[in-house]
Amino acid sequence: MESEVKLTKLASCAGCGAKVGAGVLAQLLEGIRVHSDPNLLVGFDKSDDASVYRISDDLALVQTVDFFPPIADDPYTFGAIAATNALSDVYAMGGEPKLALNIMAVPADMPKEAVHDMLRGGYDKVYEAGALITGGHSILDREPKYGMAVTGFVHPDKMLTNSGAKAGDVLLLTKPLGIGVVTTAAKADLVSKETLDYAFQLMTTLNKSARDAMVKYRVHACTDVTGFGLLGHGTEMAQGSNVELHLHVDGFRFLDEAAELARMGILPEGMYRNRNFAEAHVDEGDVPLHLQDLLYDPQTAGGLLIAVHPEDAQALFEELQTCVPAAQRIGEVTPYTGGKHIYLH
Amino acid sequence: MVDARGLSCPMPVVMVQNEVKKGNPNSLTVLVDAMVCVENVKRYAASQGYSVTVTEEDGEYKMELSK
Repeated sequence: MESEVKLTKLASCAGCGAKVGAGVLAQLLEGIRVHSDPNLLVGFDKSDDASVYRISDDLALVQTVDFFPPIADDPYTFGAIAATNALSDVYAMGGEPKLALNIMAVPADMPKEAVHDMLRGGYDKVYEAGALITGGHSILDREPKYGMAVTGFVHPDKMLTNSGAKAGDVLLLTKPLGIGVVTTAAKADLVSKETLDYAFQLMTTLNKSARDAMVKYRVHACTDVTGFGLLGHGTEMAQGSNVELHLHVDGFRFLDEAAELARMGILPEGMYRNRNFAEAHVDEGDVPLHLQDLLYDPQTAGGLLIAVHPEDAQALFEELQTCVPAAQRIGEVTPYTGGKHIYLH
Repeated sequence: MVDARGLSCPMPVVMVQNEVKKGNPNSLTVLVDAMVCVENVKRYAASQGYSVTVTEEDGEYKMELSK
């Protein structure tokens, strides 16, 4: 349903592109004392997607929070995207979301129907995930923002971090890239309705099916590709796992029109932040600049980046082809040799 | 001359694109006030065969595109 307010016009930056850069974040947290607890399996020092706390030998709590300014004009779509994105961090840890709390900021003059539609989009997506919204907190703000704190569960032995990749693993990705470029282009009507609609469809596709498929195989590491882009999140995975990622650009799927838009300089500010953070760790080889840019492009509610045991790779790849938007075999993991962490081929 | 100061991306690139489409000029001056716009205009200029020089003064950037 179309609303009279153009939500994205109220936002200075959109979706996960609004994220504080990974390098800046590390500086902001520097020197803050970290309390340890033997049951805290994943904390904020790990640069992972969510925190994980062991409750018992067979149960751990997964917690995450995500919110951002509008990336879609239609409030229902924006609400659904924000929820898909917030739930994704639980799936990336191999967990299942169970409870969610809304976080919402709205301008005093935003029409009630628009706020209602935004929330309805969030609720519908959370119910689709099999989780519940049990409350939330709302404040007035000039710029609308919406998202959720999500709690889920995982078996402590089956939790998937972004730092467990092993040499020999095959890298799989579950959604095409280029969401940041396409939503930036949409601000100036530079992209077709078909491509923009497909981007919205991707951003409202839960990573649930991808998660449900991968937990059946020997997956060693997983992360969801969101604001830091494929190469930002890939850098965190490679550094955390002390390995190298070798990525084959031919293996990637990009949204239609995204490559041409990147070549024309229609790139979001977040792409440059991601580049600044990660490029020291990336050997770009002779990959053309516009394709590099797409690998740094911030994604909102992007797909899962999965490092899987080589013997399970083909079976998982084939299963993913039946249940995710675009199963891609994008590269492999090798031991770290002391140079860059990611090599593009 | 394209004065795109105060505008956020992708508008500066769109304005330069319109100017180039209009007359395919051999040289064009572009004013922007954010580094992200400098980089984006640089990419567009390169795609159209222009070389670019950039000078900065007080947080504003003057870009000279030439063929």
